[in-house]
Amino acid sequence: MAQELHVLAVDDSHVDRKVIERLLKISCCKVTAVESGTRALQYLGLDGEKSSMGIDGLKVNLILTDYSMPGMTGYELLKKIKESSALSKIPVVIMSSEKILPRIDRCLEEGAEEFLLKPVKLSDVKRLRDFILRGEGDVDKETEEKINEVCSRKRKFQDDSTTQPMPSSLGTARDIELSPESSVSSESQQPLSKQSKIG
Amino acid sequence: MERNNHLRRQVANLRQSLFDQGYLDDQFIELEELQDDANPNFVEEIVTLFYKDSARLIHSIDQALEKQPLDFTKLDNYMHQFKGSSSSIGAKKVKIECTQFSEYWRAGNVEGCKRTFQQLKREYVVLRKKLEVYFQSARQAGPTETMSCRPN
Repeated sequence: MAQELHVLAVDDSHVDRKVIERLLKISCCKVTAVESGTRALQYLGLDGEKSSMGIDGLKVNLILTDYSMPGMTGYELLKKIKESSALSKIPVVIMSSEKILPRIDRCLEEGAEEFLLKPVKLSDVKRLRDFILRGEGDVDKETEEKINEVCSRKRKFQDDSTTQPMPSSLGTARDIELSPESSVSSESQQPLSKQSKIG
Repeated sequence: MERNNHLRRQVANLRQSLFDQGYLDDQFIELEELQDDANPNFVEEIVTLFYKDSARLIHSIDQALEKQPLDFTKLDNYMHQFKGSSSSIGAKKVKIECTQFSEYWRAGNVEGCKRTFQQLKREYVVLRKKLEVYFQSARQAGPTETMSCRPN
């Protein structure tokens, strides 16, 4: 029953790729991690006949990309995806270690779902996953809770030690404060295709 | 049994001192929380990748600083990468030096950049030594439940 989202992660940093891969796997997502925008587009199939399918036939539910990359930046990758009729529906989230407001605005205006500050945390990834799940196909709150439960049970089974709770001091205070239209709200039941994000 | 407890206490103390002395920040704890029985060496694997990246970047920056005239764009890129990966593993002091380097770079202060980079290399070497001792001790002591205790 539990749906597994397939996330395409794009980051030129080997360290960051490994970390994001782990964060996503712990959050019960399938991951394909690539090192550049070019590789990402190759994976997605530039001709885009099979929309949002990777070349291995696995549908991509979310693209999570670093902003600063050599060659094609995350912004340029975002643009190419949003310009493609086949790929534009795939939600794209940008990650960056720098909180530069014009950069954030530009990405959101180009259609990015969210902008995450690095280093990305497990709570960020879980929140994203829930948001995407809701958009992907009438997943109601009850089903979402069930998925969360299955995911944590899976993890607990692998790990006998008690999970330490996250202290409030490490909360999402460092995340970007987005405008209400574009923020990822846990109460929102809006489908992903809403266009009215930017005021 | 007693020796094991003693070892574990040693490891816990080693770990605590890394935070107390400012070598590591909370991001390291975030990584520890991603570790489990199925992936018991995750943190060490990530740190090893960090060493590999750092060695490459240190070499590149060393070379770039020798060139006349300086290629500021290249230097900025390398340092951005270095800052990124040190931030990702919670290497606090190394990250601070990266930030300092960027400030000197922005001010066009070449001497400041070079000085800071020497300091950065020293911090990196110290951190690496301490982490190597820590991971080695942790392996000797065996797995412990108290790994991700947050320091006060």
